Amino acid sequence: MNRKLLIVDDSNIIRNKIARAMGSYGLEIAGMAPNGEKALQLFKEARPQVVTMDLTMPEMDGIECIRKIHAVDPNVRILVVSALADKATAIQALKEGAQGFLCKPFTEDELTEAIGELLSEEAS
Amino acid sequence: MTEAELRIFVGIVKHYFEQQTGIAADIYTPFLADPTALPVSDYTGVIGISGVRQGCVYFTAPAELLRLILSRSGETDLSSPNLADLAGEIGNTISGNARRQFGNEFLISVPLVVKGRDQVISLPKGVKAYVIPFCWQRHDASLVVSVV
Repeated sequence: MNRKLLIVDDSNIIRNKIARAMGSYGLEIAGMAPNGEKALQLFKEARPQVVTMDLTMPEMDGIECIRKIHAVDPNVRILVVSALADKATAIQALKEGAQGFLCKPFTEDELTEAIGELLSEEAS
Repeated sequence: MTEAELRIFVGIVKHYFEQQTGIAADIYTPFLADPTALPVSDYTGVIGISGVRQGCVYFTAPAELLRLILSRSGETDLSSPNLADLAGEIGNTISGNARRQFGNEFLISVPLVVKGRDQVISLPKGVKAYVIPFCWQRHDASLVVSVV
């Protein structure tokens, strides 16, 4: 059974870019959300195993959303995909429950590598 | 904004185009802007800066430049909303990447995108604005940094 992916980003073109890359990776796209509020709702409905999460978003930011998603399912694998390039933000995201951090701008290869690492850690 | 700080933004713009498109942008010499003659192109992504620094950063580009970037990324929807989305995303990415040097108290807003060359971008009063002009694939664009 394919694992399900939820894509969270306030940019439509970034959501589409991730969906294109992950579609060929064998992940089923369970949903796409433009902010944390919508992401939390979709997460509860679709229960994906993997989430890509932007941080700077309206209504509910990515850090708060990671915290809330992690509270629903502590086993979910979360890859942060953000332009915020400072170490403190990456560390905070990991503390809140993310397992990986990919800095924007990113290439498709970098994304598939980051998702691959996320899932291989899950398997080990 | 010091010259060294301005160079940080120059480096980020260079990296963005090389990494996202595989084609380098030609970066011209940055200059102090005349506040009454700020560059404004077809789409402008404005990012508010707060925290340890205040002001704004904006990216402004012609539609054709944005269309080319989207096409190269595999996006087939080259409609105006996606061009606006890309202008905001580039502004957001450049500002967010600057936190590598400025730290996590360099707070950035979500992008505000304005469309049209006749728009006026309001910058913080009394804060100098620097223009980083560049050319990518024969299309001129600018990053404007007005941060104190």
